[in-house]
Amino acid sequence: MTAMEELFIRTKAENRAALIGYIPAGFPSKAACIEVIKAMVAGGVDAVEIGFPYSDPVMDGPVIQAAAEQSLSAGTGAEDVFDVLKATTDLGVPGLVMTYWNPIEKYGVEKFAQSLQAAGGSGVITPDLTIEESGLWKSAAEAAQINRIYVVAPSTSTARMPLVTSQCSGFIYAASLMGVTGTRNSVSNGASELVARIRQTSATPVAVGLGVSTKAQAQEVAAYADGVIVGSAFIRLIQESENFETGLLRVQELAAALADGVRR
Amino acid sequence: MVSNNVDSEAASQILGHFGRFGGRFVPEALISALDDLTAAHLSAQNDPEFQRELAYLHRTYTGRPSIITEAPRFAEHAGGVRILLKREDLNHTGSHKINNVLGQALLTKRMGKKRIIAETGAGQHGVASATAAALMGLECVVYMGEEDTRRQSLNVARMKLLGAEVIPVTQGSRTLKDAINEAMRDWVTNVDSTHYLMGTVAGPHPFPTMVRDFQKIIGEEAREQVLELTGKLPDAVLACIGGGSNAIGIFHRFIDDHSVRLIGLEAGGRGVQSGFHAATITGGSVGVLHGTRSFVLQDGNGQTVESHSISAGLDYPGVGPEHAYLHEIGRAEYRAITDAEAMNAFSLLSKTEGIIPAIESAHALAGAIDIGKELASAGHSDAVLLLNLSGRGDKDVQTAAEYFGITL
Repeated sequence: MTAMEELFIRTKAENRAALIGYIPAGFPSKAACIEVIKAMVAGGVDAVEIGFPYSDPVMDGPVIQAAAEQSLSAGTGAEDVFDVLKATTDLGVPGLVMTYWNPIEKYGVEKFAQSLQAAGGSGVITPDLTIEESGLWKSAAEAAQINRIYVVAPSTSTARMPLVTSQCSGFIYAASLMGVTGTRNSVSNGASELVARIRQTSATPVAVGLGVSTKAQAQEVAAYADGVIVGSAFIRLIQESENFETGLLRVQELAAALADGVRR
Repeated sequence: MVSNNVDSEAASQILGHFGRFGGRFVPEALISALDDLTAAHLSAQNDPEFQRELAYLHRTYTGRPSIITEAPRFAEHAGGVRILLKREDLNHTGSHKINNVLGQALLTKRMGKKRIIAETGAGQHGVASATAAALMGLECVVYMGEEDTRRQSLNVARMKLLGAEVIPVTQGSRTLKDAINEAMRDWVTNVDSTHYLMGTVAGPHPFPTMVRDFQKIIGEEAREQVLELTGKLPDAVLACIGGGSNAIGIFHRFIDDHSVRLIGLEAGGRGVQSGFHAATITGGSVGVLHGTRSFVLQDGNGQTVESHSISAGLDYPGVGPEHAYLHEIGRAEYRAITDAEAMNAFSLLSKTEGIIPAIESAHALAGAIDIGKELASAGHSDAVLLLNLSGRGDKDVQTAAEYFGITL
């Protein structure tokens, strides 16, 4: 059982949702990224999703694009991603990597799964790997005993839903709306409906991402989902704060507010 | 409106692979739209009424069939072989792009969608898309790298005159690759109302197959025309390759004609060795970009590397998966042509035949010079080369004038 799976057992027993924070590895720098993760965890984030910055992130909105670009221009590569992951799991929280498919293929599919496991990682979220193309990844992830997390969208048809959810382990990533990552004023109504449709096909925990940024939104989502994923809101605090120290404080404050929210 | 019906489910089983290439690497949110599009394309292919409507537009709007022009004075510089030009440059809007655009615009209407989005590099596909949108009463948004909107300001004006909205893309390298990213983001967000009218044979299934099906008319016409003119099949068929739509369009009908060499000419920029090029098959490696597995220009971490070419239309770090497959099985050959070689051929065709080609097509012309000389020195000076003159050079006058030092 991965640390991520253990987390969901624990949060379920505590009758709350898990809070998952996201940050691209190497943003705003490799060392500072680890500081941000520490601030998230100090505030109450239960698990951290580390982004592998990619040159062509079609699922990401402007905030994460800018963060990834900054990280890439500093030369962030696979080993940096695993270093940040290791630093995260050393804090005692489950760590995941979110990456577009090409960097995995370039690194070597089996080797990627093994390196992730060696860094204490629980699994990988693959936003552009369709289940039809996932054969190699399935065997590699199973051999390394790590979770495979796929994204399900509001447009996923009823017929297709079980084909995707049956391939997920750890949790199922429910995209709350049709669109890219980024904060929104409200969480789409479609999210609760989507989670209900997912639950008809699978008992695997469901975490909701895209557009969640406030305590009230976290509370709303925690009412029907097992996990709440927040990314752009944290990154924006770092981008917009007058200095990094202030940014860290704000990240910790937001994490604490969201952690309060997921406790319903 | 075709949606989530039986056809759509069946279509989702077809993965669109060419050997180990192709497939779908996209956000799950797009799968349903790609399934609908696959189903709509399949049903349109089998619908005589759709085919009649498209054929009517080809004849009365585009000006098809495009003619074949023999280029004897140019051929003197290519070992004296016979060179036949398939004149896609004479199509309405000035290139082969219109063939695909009219097909997909009709499909958009068939799917009940009212809005098209498109990416463009040089602006040819954007202009063709804006044209089809005007013709069919569709809303049209074109994404274009900010860098390209400056290099191709004339085409930006053309698109605006045609009623399209042009959105300059300021992310990443601000060129075609980033315009595609931004179009994909728009599509993920607005997929219910919007069709992504992709301009080349790349992207996730069904785009490589569908765009090929709309472009294969080039080779079908040309094969008949060459047979009629010469009484035999050509010895080789040549075309330039960026994403690869004009090349697959002229190659496809000849794939089973094993005596016919298929030769794709990639943009070698300042030379493949220099690292400043867009020769994806010659100088790239296998990877996934923009939803498909093919050859990609990438670094050791799988990050896309910027491409370089004097030709904006070939300046793309990916290539269609069917070309990757034809390369892998050895059915087609791919070579790189440098900027300098292409500009030499550009000038030569202009001065020997009175035809100013697009700089894209000039890469194929430079390839013809090399191949013609090779064939002649092997004793085959009676060889016939069929070349896809995919576009005209009006849009390139400024670039060419700068290159040759002509004062405007």
